[in-house]
Amino acid sequence: MEVSRLQRRYIDFISALFHEGFLDSQFTELQHLQDESNPDFVSEVASLFFEDSERLLNELSRTLDQQTVDFKKIDAHVHQLKGSSASIGAQRVKNVCLTFRSCCDENNLEGCLGCLQQVKQECYLVKNKLDALFRLEQQILATGGVVPIMSKD
Amino acid sequence: MATTTTTTTATTTTTMKGGKVTGLGEVTGVAEANGVATPHVLAVDDSSVDRALIAGVLRSSKYRVTAVDSGKKALELLDLEPNVNMIITDYCMPEMTGYDLLKKVKESSELREIPVAIMSSEKVKAREDSCMKEGAVAFLKKPVQRNEVWSLCHRWLR
Repeated sequence: MEVSRLQRRYIDFISALFHEGFLDSQFTELQHLQDESNPDFVSEVASLFFEDSERLLNELSRTLDQQTVDFKKIDAHVHQLKGSSASIGAQRVKNVCLTFRSCCDENNLEGCLGCLQQVKQECYLVKNKLDALFRLEQQILATGGVVPIMSKD
Repeated sequence: MATTTTTTTATTTTTMKGGKVTGLGEVTGVAEANGVATPHVLAVDDSSVDRALIAGVLRSSKYRVTAVDSGKKALELLDLEPNVNMIITDYCMPEMTGYDLLKKVKESSELREIPVAIMSSEKVKAREDSCMKEGAVAFLKKPVQRNEVWSLCHRWLR
């Protein structure tokens, strides 16, 4: 049956996202907040994150490009990005931010530039993964099925 | 079953019960159910992601939520509508921190009875101690979890 096939594909896909570290249990927490009165809660929060992260990444690029680098300012932006990535369960993004903050503490420009590239890449990857996940959800719903929710444990 | 439903999310304009437009924050939730006012929680966070998250958590408990992005807007809203039953605020915000907001609330004779909870991405003991000393009812580590917020609201919102 089409619905079962899609649901199995969804479970495999999201399991892989957790296994590969793209997502953590906070994402499941978001899913539990989604209901009939807010059927798009998770995708809406994810959209907010990607808008926010784009703005922060642009700011970081600009700040790191300055003649005199303001590491405090960079740290503040990374702190924000770390916070919002933690809030949606984007674990790999959050982990790069932790390293990024250490580089800021050490005033390590090369380290910061490396982290910037890495965090851009992780944001890009998790966005693509979540876009694919949400597309699968829509397909399941379109065939009259229910989107499976993983348990946190 | 009689209910009064407020508007759902509106990013720039807000219609409160009684038709007052504040233009300050995003309001979600039901103002009244069966003639009983739903507890109103003011959420303060400069992060749009975290505002959405805390609003989602509170809404799932059927509370009325107004979410604003700064301490300054929180105080403006409290001035216009003092019928806020609880404030949940982020600690680390530009211009006015959650701690500053907490102090202002506790210094006000009109607002000091409103329970204030602080959220922070870093659980720093000195920070937590100073907030609790200033009268915060809780210091929550972000990202906040449903069960923590529910326990908090169950305790302070009757």
